[in-house]
Amino acid sequence: MLRRFTDSDTWFDLFNYLFLAAVFVVTFYPFWNILVISLNDATDSVRGGLYLWPRVFTFESYATIFRNTELMGSIKVTVLRTLLGTPLSVLAISMMAYSLSKRELVAWRFFTLFFIFTMYFGGGLIPTYMVIKSLGLIDSFWVFIFPGLIGVFLMILVRTYIEGLPGEVEESAKIDGANDLQIFVRIVLPLCIPVLATIALFIGIGHWNAWYDSYIYTYKPELKTLQAVLVKILNQFQTGDMVSEAEKLANSSKRIPVSGESIRMAVTMVATLPIIMVYPFVQRYFVKGIMMGAIKS
Amino acid sequence: MQPSELRQTAPAKKKLARRLNEQKYLLLMLSPAVIWALCFCYLPMVGIYMAFVNYQPSLGDFWHHLFHAEFVGVDWFEYFFRNGDFVRIMRNTIASTLLTLLFSFPAPIIIAIAVNEVKNGLFRRSVQTVSYLPHFISWVIAANIVVTVLSSDGVVNSLLKFLHLTDASVLFLQEGKYFWWIVAFANTWKDMGYSSIIYLAAISSINGDLYEAAKVDGAGRFKQIRYITLPHLKPTIVILLILSLGGILNAGFDQHFLLGNGLVQDYSDVLSTYSFRYGLQNSMFSYASAVGVFNSVVAFMLIVVVNFASKKLNNQSLF
Repeated sequence: MLRRFTDSDTWFDLFNYLFLAAVFVVTFYPFWNILVISLNDATDSVRGGLYLWPRVFTFESYATIFRNTELMGSIKVTVLRTLLGTPLSVLAISMMAYSLSKRELVAWRFFTLFFIFTMYFGGGLIPTYMVIKSLGLIDSFWVFIFPGLIGVFLMILVRTYIEGLPGEVEESAKIDGANDLQIFVRIVLPLCIPVLATIALFIGIGHWNAWYDSYIYTYKPELKTLQAVLVKILNQFQTGDMVSEAEKLANSSKRIPVSGESIRMAVTMVATLPIIMVYPFVQRYFVKGIMMGAIKS
Repeated sequence: MQPSELRQTAPAKKKLARRLNEQKYLLLMLSPAVIWALCFCYLPMVGIYMAFVNYQPSLGDFWHHLFHAEFVGVDWFEYFFRNGDFVRIMRNTIASTLLTLLFSFPAPIIIAIAVNEVKNGLFRRSVQTVSYLPHFISWVIAANIVVTVLSSDGVVNSLLKFLHLTDASVLFLQEGKYFWWIVAFANTWKDMGYSSIIYLAAISSINGDLYEAAKVDGAGRFKQIRYITLPHLKPTIVILLILSLGGILNAGFDQHFLLGNGLVQDYSDVLSTYSFRYGLQNSMFSYASAVGVFNSVVAFMLIVVVNFASKKLNNQSLF
């Protein structure tokens, strides 16, 4: 009897491990494949058949990116919006969450519904575009910061966290004569660091990955984010333009032949690398974040 | 959004002016968010009026031109329903979301159960870490990856040729018939690991004694999954399924826009990309916003209905 179960358990484990190994390969390999092609000599890449290892190893595609002023400019814009936009969002969201955690607030119910409603209903693409335009945000760096400043869902995470804090510290500070602003800065913010770190990660990754706002609200090349440049490269690759954006970039270096394909891979890698690099350190927070979200809704 | 028990101190009935004075800092801290919502959420809702007029794009103040434009009622909506595009766009939107649901819904459940059965900590952590990763890259990068692995000399074609399933490379991204499948697989690839977190959380709350008891009764691993794990996951599965039905019109702009191209447009056009194309590329602003309004209103009604259903079934609701 015992043998039989042990056997079927062994088979189960074998298939289970094989299945998960397949999941591992399927999610990991595409990244590896991009890396391999980006590190291979461009002329050689045209022969195809690059799967596990570069045949003719070179950093030339990456060197091309770093020599190209347009691409370097777009990296600068992306870094700047991430570094500026993230703290501003975290501050605005935490102030909002603190206020809305006070149920004795004037018109608390109205304010709550006022924000929740925006999660489920919006004006849609065209009216939003028109509003952004009439606010004078077209071709302005601030279009990357203001429209996405608040995330109502993230606010709910922070509010829930604040509501879970022990109220005594706040009360004693109040008796000592501190006002809400002082309590917020000196007591609530320091206590909220774990949840604020979590939402900062979400917001920061969001800024790094953003392309849509840059793609539709900006026309100046110096305001294009890295991801928006990548969209342009992808579009031209897809429609098969004779001289694609990537090839133009490749040719502008004029030194060693670099194909559009390898530039596309290298730009993709440059856009992905920061995420892959911070990812192992922050993974725990993400998991915590989604758990908090799951419990809430 | 249950009221917290801790904060249930009933507000004393004070004079409004006094309360406003007492709460001036709270209101001050709330004001950026209020201004934000008015500017970027409620003003666009006013702009919806665009869908009911014949807005002519011209220089100058948007609001002035909007309210002085010729009122045409629901003409743009009628035009959308009648001109033949409606059926195609709705077919693509619904086919794409349903096909995505078919793959991306069971995948995280299976992964969560499989991961849970792994006893080796290192293997378990590696699989989890890697499978969450695609969720955090942008759709731009994901689209680049999809285009690369599906290209004529990409990995997928090489594999198909190696297995003698095809002789010539399949041009996946140039034929409409593959498009919905590609989007469905790409969506699944991107989010299956990350979505499994919710199910893993649900599994970890199952009492371990149940498994011990089942083992004593002679249940193998399959039976334990079937009679213990799955029944405990059922409430989570049901609520997530109901919620995802609420998003049936939300096919995702990014993936359809980034993976689509002129050759597959008949299959890749969904409500959001169609509205984008007519509005921002062809400057038919009023028509495009009518399409957007149709999308928002139907999606909102779906969410309300779905929320009602989930309240009835699970006693859980979003709002």
